[in-house]
Amino acid sequence: MPKSDLLDPQGKAVAGALGRLGHSTITDVRIGKRFELTVEGEVTEQILADVATLADEIFSNQVIEDVTSIRVEEAQA
Amino acid sequence: MTHRIGVVTFPGSLDDRDAQRAIRIAGAEPVALWHADHDLQGVDAIVLPGGFSYGDYLRAGAIAARAPIMTEVISAANAGMPVLGICNGFQMLTEAHLLPGGLIRNEKGNFIRRDQGLIVESTDTAWSNAFTQGQEIVIPLKNGEGGFIASNEELDRLEGEGRVVFRYSGVNPNGSMRDIAGISNAAGNVVGLMPHPEHAVEPGFGPDTADAMRSGTDGLGFFASALTALLAV
Repeated sequence: MPKSDLLDPQGKAVAGALGRLGHSTITDVRIGKRFELTVEGEVTEQILADVATLADEIFSNQVIEDVTSIRVEEAQA
Repeated sequence: MTHRIGVVTFPGSLDDRDAQRAIRIAGAEPVALWHADHDLQGVDAIVLPGGFSYGDYLRAGAIAARAPIMTEVISAANAGMPVLGICNGFQMLTEAHLLPGGLIRNEKGNFIRRDQGLIVESTDTAWSNAFTQGQEIVIPLKNGEGGFIASNEELDRLEGEGRVVFRYSGVNPNGSMRDIAGISNAAGNVVGLMPHPEHAVEPGFGPDTADAMRSGTDGLGFFASALTALLAV
């Protein structure tokens, strides 16, 4: 997610549109990214640790973004 | 001896040819470098050009910053070679951690293209020594993600160490903190900025000036600076 203290112009534009559509209860919108990674077999502690490093070093730029969550899901057959 | 300045072309680079042309007009020999090589071909300085490398996927400059040739660019930069990042190249330099801070989408969400006034804040770099401190120059600016951001602590450090090299004059076009248009590393050999000096090097094709339409050539000073820096080595 973009850091909370930085302006998110995309989210701001969407929030403005929602306001115009009458959704006045929504006061703010922020837009982030979601990466879905697939691995063969079990998600081991090692793989999770690697993914956490990748999330910090490549998927996000810590100067402008925060990693908010990493979670494991079973692939749909 | 003619100095050789390399320009790295990435998939999606747009201004690599203009940068090569600017280098030639400034009196050096441009050398085309390729992102997938591990070879700087013995160049004396490097320009990372503007464009939309890798479609700006992930983040602007993020994938290019991890391209094969960047291993050599980063070592050369750390060893003192002059490196200039223009626009997308500036974004790459921040993503490669050669320069601090980051660039985010323009404050108003629009892509901005204008002839932009800049104040030269530091002439103590390899790419700004041909100017005088406080000089106002005009070169084109064209970006969608040019908002420079950094923590207050980082901004104070940059200001304190005289590493804010260019500041927007008149209008802050993209919401950059403290009107910062370009910065340098501590040694002054690596400079990144959002506006495009390579588009203001030839009368007839630059910004308008009081003298004549399209006659602005303020961008030449960047490349002339690099040549001076190389002679001093």
